[in-house]
This record gives sequence, structure tokens and C-alpha cells, in this order.
Amino acid sequence: MPIEGQVRIPSGCAIAGIFSRSGERMSGDDVIRSIAVMHDRSNGLGGGFAGYGIYPDYAAYYAFHLFYQEKKHPDAQQQCEAFLRRHFYIIHAGVIPTRKIPEITDEPRIWRYFVLPLPEKQETSQLDEQEFTARCALRINAEIEGAFVFSGGKNMGVFKGIGYPEDVGRFYRLEEYGGYSWTAHGRYPTNTPGWWGGAHPFGLLDCTVVHNGEISSYDANRRFIEMFNYQCTLQTDTEVITYIIDYLHRKQGLSLEETAAVVSAPFWSTLEEMPEPDRSTQIYLRKRFSNLLITGPFSIILGFEGGQMVLGDRLKLRGMVVGNHGDRFYAASEECAIRAVCPDIAKVWSPEAGEPVIVTMDRKEAAGTCAPR
Amino acid sequence: MDLYVHPLFEVVRNEKKCVACRACERQCSNCVHAYNPDTGEMEADDSKCVNCHRCVSLCPTKALKIILTDHCFRPNANWPGENINEVYKQANSGGVLLSSMGTPKPHPVYFDRILLNASQVTNPPIDPLREPMETRVFLGKKSQKLERNAEGQLVDNLTPQIPLTMPLLFSAMSFGSISYNAHASLARAAAALGICYNTGEGGLHADFYPYGPHTIVQVASGRFGVHGDYLMAGAAVEIKMGQGAKPGIGGHLPGHKIAGDVARTRMIPPGSDAISPAPHHDIYSIEDLRQLVYSLKAATGNQKPIIVKIAAVHNVAAIASGVARSGADIIAIDGFRGGTGAAPTRIRDHVGIPIELALASVDARLREEGIRDDVSVIAGGSIRSSADWIKAIALGADACYIATGALLALGCHLCRQCHTGLCNWGIATQRPDLVKRLNPEIGAERLVNLVHAWQHELKEVMGGMGINSVEALRGNRLMLRGVAMTQEELDILGIKHAGV
Repeated sequence: MPIEGQVRIPSGCAIAGIFSRSGERMSGDDVIRSIAVMHDRSNGLGGGFAGYGIYPDYAAYYAFHLFYQEKKHPDAQQQCEAFLRRHFYIIHAGVIPTRKIPEITDEPRIWRYFVLPLPEKQETSQLDEQEFTARCALRINAEIEGAFVFSGGKNMGVFKGIGYPEDVGRFYRLEEYGGYSWTAHGRYPTNTPGWWGGAHPFGLLDCTVVHNGEISSYDANRRFIEMFNYQCTLQTDTEVITYIIDYLHRKQGLSLEETAAVVSAPFWSTLEEMPEPDRSTQIYLRKRFSNLLITGPFSIILGFEGGQMVLGDRLKLRGMVVGNHGDRFYAASEECAIRAVCPDIAKVWSPEAGEPVIVTMDRKEAAGTCAPR
Repeated sequence: MDLYVHPLFEVVRNEKKCVACRACERQCSNCVHAYNPDTGEMEADDSKCVNCHRCVSLCPTKALKIILTDHCFRPNANWPGENINEVYKQANSGGVLLSSMGTPKPHPVYFDRILLNASQVTNPPIDPLREPMETRVFLGKKSQKLERNAEGQLVDNLTPQIPLTMPLLFSAMSFGSISYNAHASLARAAAALGICYNTGEGGLHADFYPYGPHTIVQVASGRFGVHGDYLMAGAAVEIKMGQGAKPGIGGHLPGHKIAGDVARTRMIPPGSDAISPAPHHDIYSIEDLRQLVYSLKAATGNQKPIIVKIAAVHNVAAIASGVARSGADIIAIDGFRGGTGAAPTRIRDHVGIPIELALASVDARLREEGIRDDVSVIAGGSIRSSADWIKAIALGADACYIATGALLALGCHLCRQCHTGLCNWGIATQRPDLVKRLNPEIGAERLVNLVHAWQHELKEVMGGMGINSVEALRGNRLMLRGVAMTQEELDILGIKHAGV
């Protein structure tokens, strides 16, 4: 049976997110309870989380989370670590702590490394620190068989695997972490289990995406984005969406609102009625980046250092609810997932089709890599 | 002249129905029909019949039909009758065989071996009657670096684009090769549809300047009809390097078609042959093309996108890559099944490659080189239906050119005798009595109908795929599957076989 990367597997899903505007650190408990309510939107074939602010002691270092398929590729870890040593200064490395539970079996070897690019390597590459790090992660995934970087940002981490999301959360002992921002994903793939790397969230540097839907523009988007040094090795929607956002936001310097206007572009009839200067800007973006328009149903929560963005498709073909309660921002595929952790929530609403909802920390300086440079 | 060559068609007249009204006689520019006053009956000379259906269509009593002769040679699989007849014709005349329209040979049509996808369960189909379904596109370079003004607002720094309400254009057919009324029909229809038609290498008749925003003006090797106002009149300028039906071959419009307005529009003396050389004599290599591209940009004050049209030949991908780096905004690729007003038969039937393979390899090559966004790609050369059109877009075309389909809408019956100038439907002729048979108002209306029908079909198919804007279909090869193809064919097309 082929796994992700060898075959394209569409899937339905549940997503949830919790964010503290003041940067208050929350344990992973709440987000697990939130996603658990939507149990029936997953089928046990994939679950995962992204937490931000979870590694304050190593905040200056890129935290690489790796899966090693040690049974099939016994040399993978050795090869990968040799590669890491050639390109990075590794300040700390070790196994990611997990809990043995009957619901989660057959896990790969799961390690993490806190790293910084070796200055001489980075200088020779003529790339900035982020681009150098991102390319190294993509290279490991494409070239070292049996090694897969599934998280690689600063002071954040992705935790994912095969199973229901609430079980994956317990497996990774997420209640022991404290983060100001959490996103979660429960997967309903239309095919048999792939492997752990195929679960979500999908991340590149500190940007992570959890996604519910199946995009019909996939191959148009993939073939375009692959022109810019991205390799869609997993063949999943989430992967290509992450790369599109990374390309538009980090590399082209578009704001998150502008990025949203590209991927969930308003219809021409709407654009023409917009007031200036938005009209000109949005028409320009649509003409300039028409290959990155995403069609078909999707709702996503983008996690990044210092914030979250919730975005749905231009026809609103997937449900998405967001809410505010004091310092907290909540987002989920279904309102019940928000009520489960915040029963008396002050305000809940469904964003318009293609309308981005962006929350960032009160501390402006925290807006990091995902802010336009 | 046609010694030994038996007529291919037989005119069958139902004498019971025929009232000898002589309409067929008046309609036939080939002089097939004649009235015999002695018998009071109509007679037909089969040898002159080209099977254009003009008489059949206009016979008031439906007394006529044309059938393929069942006269035969001794059966011979290696020497079919057509080959034998062609040898006779060349032995008679000593000349190169001439043909018109696209090749009739049974070459593989890859479009017919490609099947489209639709949504089921995991992804909803979209109903175009209920939801917006967008087909608007802009052709031209899209890779400019982003710029912001002092307020941080993005600046629209795109070079001029061709706006189209749908990714379709009428491809190049010159005034001279087709009639004034055919051009008038195309121009009116293009304007009504919000798309473009193409002048071909015949200049732009003074009457059609008002349709400029819906006109592509062509610059070909003969430079006929090219002047400053002409270049500025259109939505874009097309440099014609080649044509799918006759790669490596120039053009020849015989002097008897160069009369009156045709001569004036081409800016040549009436009665003189209009000969377009095989190469542009100022383009012997890719760097020369670059100079012409930039000359035309300079001549138009950088206001017009430049299209470079090339025939699909064996190394079309490398050529297209060179063209993309030459400053062209749009590359038009013309496949070898494409039509022509006249071409040597051997060239038309044997030179070039199919548009499906050419398009797929050009699109893939430009992506591999990271320059796909520097140019738009127009595919042409036998787009016969909306299905071909949709498949071409999914293979990677930004838009498609159609010409034969447009002529069929105007009444063409594909008799493939354009080179004789005796078109009974008023399309490929300059004879005033024939030209006036084509009413441009009706012609435009029929073209609008055809293109609208195709647009509806495009929207239905997109909706089924769950795509609500045509840009998400472009290059979306996962929406395609092949049947009855070798792995190599699938690899070139960049698609999977059906079932996987």
C-alpha cells in the first residue's frame, strides 16, 4: 500500500486553535479537549498539534523534530545527524518524551534537535538564516530516506502521529508543555493509514498549517510552487498550502491579508465593486499570482510566531467558527469544540468566505518570521 | 490535367424531387451543375465537385446528395488509391501537391485519449447555475518584482496584458486568404465576446480599426500591411515565426487574390503575388528574434504585449525556452494538425508534432527552468471542441487559439479547397459574388453562439471538478488521465494512466 508522497490521499478533517493575546502560556490540555469533541470528524488515521512558546529555554534555536523509520531504514538517524552536524551547530539533542498507550502503536523513533546554522556554511550559501534552515529541512526530507523533519521553527513544535488526535496528544504528554498558541488537527483520510509524517499539522520554519478540506486546484498550485525550490514530497493539500503561504508571505513579503487575497481571491464581480485603493491592489494580486489561487473546499488555521490566521475558501465550503473571550481567541471546525473549553464564550461567529481572521500578540515585537520584512 | 484520376465524389440527384430550378447551378462556383435545355433536366460534372455541400444545403427540394465514389483500384494495402492518384497528378503536372485546412491523415489525436476528472464525496462539485464560475484571464508576463509605494501600497507594475473574458482567441487568418465578410464576422464576434481575433499576415482593413482592442495584429516574414498605426491598433502584436500546418514554409497568396482592398491593406500593388519568405530575413537566430521583439516594443511605446508564434516541431520545448528569454510576453504554439489556407500536402501531413505533446513538453520545460511565469502560453492547432480546449488548459495552456472551428461556424464544410479561391460559402474567396454570401451579422452571431456554448461547457466541467476559476484548471494535470497510451506518451504528457 503506498504512503503519502507516493500517492495523493484526499482527506476530510477537524481543526481547532486556541491563542492567548497576552502570551499567557497554556498547557496542551485545552486544545486536546477541544479537538476531542470533534472525534467523529477524524477516523483514527492521523492527529497532531502545534504549540508556540513551548521552548523558552531554547528560544533562539531552531527546534527540529524528526521521525526516523528505523525498521525500514536503520541508517537514517546516523545519516541525518551527520548532515545536521555538517550544516548546524547542535546545542541540544534527544528523544521527544512520549507515553506508551494502547491507542498509539508502531511509532517511529522521534527525536528533536535544537540547532543554529554554522555561520561559514550559511555565508557560503548566500542565503539568510531562515532560508538556509528551511532548505536544509527540505533537503533532509527529499534526500535522506527514512528521516523526516516534521517541525523546524524557533520556540515552537509540531507533535503528530497516527491515531485520534486526543490520543496523539496524550502520547506526546502535551499537558507538560506550556504555549501561548496551540492548533490541532484530526484527520479523516479517504485511504488506509499512511505514515506518521503524513499526519498534520504541516510546518515549514515556524509556520504551521492545519487544514480541513480537499482543494481542487492542487496540481495547478503544486506545479507552480515547485518552480521556487519547494518539493511537494507528501502530495498533500496542507503541504502545498504551507509552501504557498511561505512563498507569498516570507519570500515575496506580502502581508497576511494580501496573502489571503491571493489564495482565497474575491470573485471578479466583488473586486470590481471594491473601493480604491483596495480594488487596484486586489486586482493586481489576482492577476499577478493567479496560479496560487486555491479552489475547492478548505478551512485552515495558520500558526506562526506571535499569532494565528484563520482562513476559509472563497465559497465557504468548509465550516469554521471563531470566538473571542477576554484574552483568548478560539477557532474550530465546529462551535461545540470551542464551547467544550470555553462554555460561556463572549462572542462566536463564522467568518465570511475568504475572509482572513488574524490575531497577534499584544506585544508587537513578538511578530516574528511570519511578518513581512 | 487530371488524366487517369477518377472523380472522388458523385453527385446524386433525385430526379423525382428535382424541379430544375437551377439553384445548384447558380450556387456552384466550380461549375458542376448545368441545365440541359434539350432534356429539361439538370446534369452534373462529378469531376469538378469538391463536396462543399453548397448545392446540397440550398437545394429547395432536397434533391441532392454527394457520395464518395465506390470506383476502386485493385485493392492494395501498400498502395491505397489516394497515393496512386497523387502520383498520377504529379506525373500530369510536375508540381508540388497543394492542400488546404488541417491534415486529414489518421494521426493519433491525444486529446481523444485523455479523460477528465470530477468530484465525488470528498469534495463537492459546484453548480455553475448557482455559484459564480470565473473564466476571465490575462495573458502576459507575470514575474515582475513586487514594488510598494511610499504608503506601502502595492504598485501595479505588470507589463501590458491581454484581457480575455475566457481563455480563447480566434487564430490568425489573413484578409486575402479569407474574405472581408469573414474578417468582419470574426471582429464583431470577438468584440461581442470580449476575446480577440487575429489579423494574420494581411494587414488590418481600415474598416476594422474600431475593433482594435479585440484584435491581435500579426507581423510575419512578408511584413505585409505593417505600419505604425497598425501596430498600435491591436491589443497585442504577434510575430509569426511558423505555422503548425507548414513549419519551415513561407506563404504565397497568388496575384489574382490581390485586388482592391486586399492589395491596399497589404500595401502591395494589385495583381502582384504576395510571397512570405520561409524565414524572417532579419531573424536567423534567437538573438535576432530578441531584437525584433524589442523593436516592436519600442515601436509601440511598450504598450503592447508581444506574442511569438511558433510551429510545434521536434525540439519545441528548447525553442520555447529561448523565446521566453527573448522578451516575448506570450508564446503561441501551433500544432501540426492545425489548418492553413494553402500548404504543400507533404509538409502539412508529415512535418511537425501534435499540439498535445508540444504543449505538455513546453509547459514542463518552462517550469523546470523556473520561467513559466515570464510568459503566457497559447495552444492551437486543432482545438475541435470545448473538450480539447479544457484538456489543453489542464495540460498547461493559458489560452487556446481556434480557427477551423470558427470557420465551420461561418458555414465552412471542410472541403479543403481554400487554395482555389472558389469558396462557395464566401469565406476563403475574394470573388465579390461569393463573398456576399456570407452575412457578417449572421456570421458574428453564429460565432458568438459557438463560443458561448463552449464557455458553458467549460463551466460545467470546471464545476464538476470543484473548480470555480479557470486559473485553477491551468496546468492542473491531476485532472487528466490517459487511456490506451504507452508509459512514454504518458510521461511526456505528464499525466497518469486511468485507474491510478
